[in-house]
Amino acid sequence: MRDDAVDPRRRRFLTGTTVVIGGIGAAFTAVPFVSSFQPSARAKAIGAPVEVDISKLESGQRLVQKWRGKPVWVVRRTPEMIETLKSFDPATLRDANSEKSEQPEYAKNAWRSEKPEYLVLVGICTHLGCSPSYLPQAGAPEVGSTWQGGFFCPCHGSKFDLAGRVFDGVPAPSNMVVPPYQFLSDTKIMVGEDKGAAA
Amino acid sequence: MRSLLATILLAAFTQFAVASEGGLKLQNANVNLSDQASLQRGAKMFVNYCVSCHSAQYMRYNRVAADLGIPEDVMKANLMFTTDKVGEPMLIAMRPDDGQAWFGVTPPDLSVVARSRGADWLYSYLNGFYLDPKRVSGVNNLYFPNAAMPHVLWELQGLKRAVFESEKTHDGATVEVFEKFETVRPGTLSEVDYQRATRDLVSFLVYVGEPAKLVRYALGIKVIGFLFIFFLAAYALKKEYWKDVH
Amino acid sequence: MSTNTDKPATLLGWVDARFPLMSLWNDHLAKYYAPKNFNFWYYFGALSLVVFVIQVLTGIFLVMNYKPDAASAFGSVEYIMRDVEWGWLIRYLHSTGASAFFIVIYLHMTRALLYGSYKQPRELVWILGMCLYLALMAEAFMGYLLPWGQMSFWGAQVIISLFGAIPVIGGTLAEWIRGDYVVSDITLNRFFSLHVIALPFAIAGLVFLHIIALHEVGSNNPDGVDIKKKKDENGKPLDGIAFHPYYTVKDLVGLTVFLMLFSAVVFFGPEMGGYFLEANNFIPANPMSTPQHIAPVWYFTPYYSILRANTINFLWIDAKVWGVVFMGLGVLSFFFLPWLDRSPVRSIRYRGGLYKTALTVFIICFLILGYLGVQPPTETKTLVAQVCTVIYFLFFLLMPIYTKLDKTKPVPERVTM
Repeated sequence: MRDDAVDPRRRRFLTGTTVVIGGIGAAFTAVPFVSSFQPSARAKAIGAPVEVDISKLESGQRLVQKWRGKPVWVVRRTPEMIETLKSFDPATLRDANSEKSEQPEYAKNAWRSEKPEYLVLVGICTHLGCSPSYLPQAGAPEVGSTWQGGFFCPCHGSKFDLAGRVFDGVPAPSNMVVPPYQFLSDTKIMVGEDKGAAA
Repeated sequence: MRSLLATILLAAFTQFAVASEGGLKLQNANVNLSDQASLQRGAKMFVNYCVSCHSAQYMRYNRVAADLGIPEDVMKANLMFTTDKVGEPMLIAMRPDDGQAWFGVTPPDLSVVARSRGADWLYSYLNGFYLDPKRVSGVNNLYFPNAAMPHVLWELQGLKRAVFESEKTHDGATVEVFEKFETVRPGTLSEVDYQRATRDLVSFLVYVGEPAKLVRYALGIKVIGFLFIFFLAAYALKKEYWKDVH
Repeated sequence: MSTNTDKPATLLGWVDARFPLMSLWNDHLAKYYAPKNFNFWYYFGALSLVVFVIQVLTGIFLVMNYKPDAASAFGSVEYIMRDVEWGWLIRYLHSTGASAFFIVIYLHMTRALLYGSYKQPRELVWILGMCLYLALMAEAFMGYLLPWGQMSFWGAQVIISLFGAIPVIGGTLAEWIRGDYVVSDITLNRFFSLHVIALPFAIAGLVFLHIIALHEVGSNNPDGVDIKKKKDENGKPLDGIAFHPYYTVKDLVGLTVFLMLFSAVVFFGPEMGGYFLEANNFIPANPMSTPQHIAPVWYFTPYYSILRANTINFLWIDAKVWGVVFMGLGVLSFFFLPWLDRSPVRSIRYRGGLYKTALTVFIICFLILGYLGVQPPTETKTLVAQVCTVIYFLFFLLMPIYTKLDKTKPVPERVTM
């Protein structure tokens, strides 16, 4: 048997110390495993910003570019479209001032873009992910006589105006997403990265 | 018992001699991965001389930039072709069939060549070219007989001739044994500078072979240090409980 | 069978009323009485369990990024080494773990040879252990193909060809294993499945059985004394101590030392001079070109030596076939140890000079065979391998004789500390 009596305090202290250091060690050990789930360098390279050439984009046209597996639209709005946006009745929109939607600071304005002439949007309906159609003409038959131009999602009927703002009374909850972007020149836009930092 | 095991294992490791295929002794590459300037010079050499034929398909440009302290715009301006993107790996335009047709063999990818051939071999190889009129490329290599690769760095090193001596082996045959190099035409670099340049290039290849090598030593010290502290706690705990046992 | 009312009204009590939690805890940890004189050689069982956990954990994360396709396998390993966050560390833990597993297992088996742990009543523990050894060798062999380097490919090609040497059925068998005429993408895919799913489950099951069998009869000890013969009034062996806390706390120290050595390899020398990660395996597999020097990984080399030592065409059977036969017998011989060993005494501490000499010579031969296995064959080396092979088999064949003749010392009643 023992020479001296068991000192339970000493045992608790030593056990406690060992458990705490061991716990710290276990936490450090978990870091590499948990981190390995993060996007790898390959994922980041594939998801890297894309350059979009807008030199051939005519007024009123929309082009589509893939970025991070999603369609990104660049729409060159006509002067009439920009005028229409200014006179749009905010009551028909769910979030006219883009308080609850996702866009960079420079797109938190009436035309939701850095320059009024060019609209950059992630072309995915904020309802369940379908890609809406571009219906720029006023009074387009699919949407009715009050239509002033915008985007219409065929899956469940959500409607967005020419700045990607969602109408009230449709299934989609928020305005379409504006990705980070910057103008490299008058004819090139870099989608996925703005002057602040990379996306 | 344990020391016997250790002795035998030690003997086995030291037997792992650094000899090339021909039995020629390799030169020491003396790679120093903590010399960032050397690695940067090596990267520059690699891009200027090697990447036209040899890809490094597992090495991304932005990783080289980050690890070697090269800002990305400097990287893009000096070390990349204009069509390449910084997140992409170092690929080449040459098609494998063309390589096969021009050289007789596709120039291999060099991503992990430092791990399969070893730094000393690569360094010796880059310093082992000599003139050989019998070869299509005009050169041969002491450490890679009849290599298909031309002496890409000939302008830097200059051109050398190899002097062989005839020797008799113990069973009466005659062999040609390498004795020394003779400079036929000097290059733009001195002997010492060329050795340093090739050392830089080999160091870069060692880094490319295993980028983690830059971080794992320091991390290892921390890990083992922490484990030692844990050992002290665990040992004290063990001793305390084992006072019960006689 | 206890009723719900016996258990305390805690979460633990709730579980314990529905699952034998406390009785398992007691039977296998808190009231499992192990001999108090365990020494250095007794760390390796628990350590092998830890290494198994390391391999499974790192393996799970490797499979998240590895591609079992001949065209992308090699590249996917380099992807893990470079592009995946901390992938290089997970890879090195797994490759070092594979070699560590064998070092630990060989030391674990040596303990059994030293202290007669395979002898009655532990023959089944030993047999299950030997099944584990075979499963581990298969697991390592399959795993080594996955990086799809030159050594992976040609090592697999050579070893599977050994099966081809078996008369009559050999060719068909080799083709059946490969699923193709040569080692190919098809072989890679099936080895991936076996390595990741089938064999780990088999190993886990065998480990469970191995420990249950051990706990049924109780652990041996360095003196070979049966501690269950002398119990106190409560039925607790006088020379026994509870596994928990005494051996859990001691094994924790052993584990820490092991992890320090393990980390030293992982962080400072994961290639281990080309023995843990072979240089030729950094060249993608090329069916058209064989490397100059093919050798199996270090942990297979003793048996590889025995295979190569067979150079004589004996009777009407090829030397190649004899090689395969003797290589197989070399491993299988271990299974018979409990019945070959006729000594009345378990531990080497109380055996005579005959056994001590035999075991020492056997171990030296095993190590020499291992060393020769990584060397290219020469006439002298083959001769040495042949001598060592003969000694290897004589260790087993003559054992019934020399263990019976051996002059043993009297075994104490109680363990010595």
